[in-house]
Amino acid sequence: MLPTAPTIMPTAGASLLTVAVLLPFFGVLFGLLLGGRNAERVAWATIVLGVVTVLAISRSLLSTRAALIYHLGGWAPPLGIALRADGLSVCMMLVVAVVVAAVAVYAHADFSTPAGAREARGPFSFWLLLLAVWGSLNLIFVSGDIFTLYVALELLTFAGAPLVSLDGRGETLQAALRYLLFALAGSMFYLLGAFLLYGVYGTLDIALLASQIKAQPVTWAAAALMTAGLLAKTALFPLHLWLPPAHAGAPAAASALLSGLVIKGSWFLVLRLWLDVFPVTATPAAAQWLAAFGASAIIIGNCVALRQARLKLLIAYSTVAQIGYLFLMFPLVAALDASRLASGPVVTGGLLQVVSHATAKAAMFMAAGLIYATLGHDRIADLRGSARALPLTVTAFVLAGASLVGLPPSGGFVAKWLLLSGATATAQWWWMLAMLAGGLLTSAYVFIVMVRSLAPAPAGWTAKRRVSAYQQWAVMALAQCSFLLGFAVLLPIDIVQIGRTGAPP
Amino acid sequence: MTTTTIFGFCAAVLVGLGLYGLIVNPQPLRKLLAFNLMGNGVFLICAVIARRGAAAGMGGDPVPQALLITAIVVAFAASALAVALMLRLSEETGACSLSSTRGEGD
Repeated sequence: MLPTAPTIMPTAGASLLTVAVLLPFFGVLFGLLLGGRNAERVAWATIVLGVVTVLAISRSLLSTRAALIYHLGGWAPPLGIALRADGLSVCMMLVVAVVVAAVAVYAHADFSTPAGAREARGPFSFWLLLLAVWGSLNLIFVSGDIFTLYVALELLTFAGAPLVSLDGRGETLQAALRYLLFALAGSMFYLLGAFLLYGVYGTLDIALLASQIKAQPVTWAAAALMTAGLLAKTALFPLHLWLPPAHAGAPAAASALLSGLVIKGSWFLVLRLWLDVFPVTATPAAAQWLAAFGASAIIIGNCVALRQARLKLLIAYSTVAQIGYLFLMFPLVAALDASRLASGPVVTGGLLQVVSHATAKAAMFMAAGLIYATLGHDRIADLRGSARALPLTVTAFVLAGASLVGLPPSGGFVAKWLLLSGATATAQWWWMLAMLAGGLLTSAYVFIVMVRSLAPAPAGWTAKRRVSAYQQWAVMALAQCSFLLGFAVLLPIDIVQIGRTGAPP
Repeated sequence: MTTTTIFGFCAAVLVGLGLYGLIVNPQPLRKLLAFNLMGNGVFLICAVIARRGAAAGMGGDPVPQALLITAIVVAFAASALAVALMLRLSEETGACSLSSTRGEGD
């Protein structure tokens, strides 16, 4: 029953992967024990150490130019659990570390325990949940085993759902509950698929599964179940209904985490499964379905975003649309692989799209939070005066928007360029149409927000609240990350391609 | 028809009933119960797989059994979190429903 011994040996220096996963969870436990305002201090210490760990991991990946593999407790798969970090995982870990650090700087103003109080529920929960989100994302990126991935997904859901309802209002509690129910149903589908795979192939390890998998009905059933479950968690159209109320209702810092990072966890898993586990079932025909949902998400999400009256809902629907772009790469990769062409550039394009969306969307939500604090509302029709009051924030919002539209030199530009080239190479013009139409619609709503906020303020208007300069700079830094990401193409090596498996010979 | 086949069919029925309940029932508590029903179906499939994999003098393959325990604990924690959210929701609004009282986009 058990497959033969794996040929994949652990690599030196890979024990850092366990540190990257465990550190945030240790932070959660210490924060819980020490309580009160210590939660924020613990979070800061963890973030500094965590960023250093992720940098060390990328350094060792770059020096060996091969995937890092660690066997937990020295037990090799199929019985043991392997942690595995290739170029894709390390890129994702880097961007998550950057966004988490920027969100933490921003949240210092909104979520510090008020003076005199020993403990406040909002800040205390926020800092611990921030670390929990980070730890679960890192686990998703390095996990080499589909059951560990299930546990990581559930951890991510348990950390994400309370973030939605941090302020405890009825409607955000409702949004959190709806999100939780969607996510739970999704993870049950995923789990069913994982059990079916174990029942047939007798292993849960991704590398071993990839070497044994055959195109047969049970594999298709498992692939369909797991993908459907993950799509519900990623909020791909038509399973996006939970996303706008959840992401628009949460506090700005929490929205940035949810929209920028949390949905990327389940997307990453779809990518992992389709590229590495199911290369035999990920036929161009099957991938067309995935991209068809993506294209509908782009068109419908953008059109609905244009009709929103409130800034945060506009950004949330823009997330629904941008998720669509993430799924356009699948038919391109499948078609390139089927015709034995290099699919590497398209995978890089998809990853760049994720990185630029994660940074841009986090910046946009945080900018919207600052605009809300200054104006006391976020009605798009009454944004006038906000550019005068918050020049840095509105500039950051527009730069992030330019990255979503895909203007050079932003990360979104390079990502869409690589995807468009892939679509040209495989003669799939219909996906090019969806991408270009999406870019136009995106530019329409970014432009509307820009024009409204540039209008002069009514006479005698004063800001409701002054926002701190460092918050504005945190937003600007993230927006710049997204806008200048296009220069990543100048890097001498393609980090994404290091240690990729599953690509056909 | 062997025992494992019968249990396999039972599991399929449980998953189907649970999924139907999850989609059709509007009340969150019923949705949660339906989720648990569906979960039990999935766990039963896992148990069937463990039983089918019996070898080397053991009554079943131990790996799925270990997975099963973990999955049950995770599903229990999920249910507890959902119930806690529902309690807070009914404290805040006096009702526990998912239908929003306000129009979308306002």
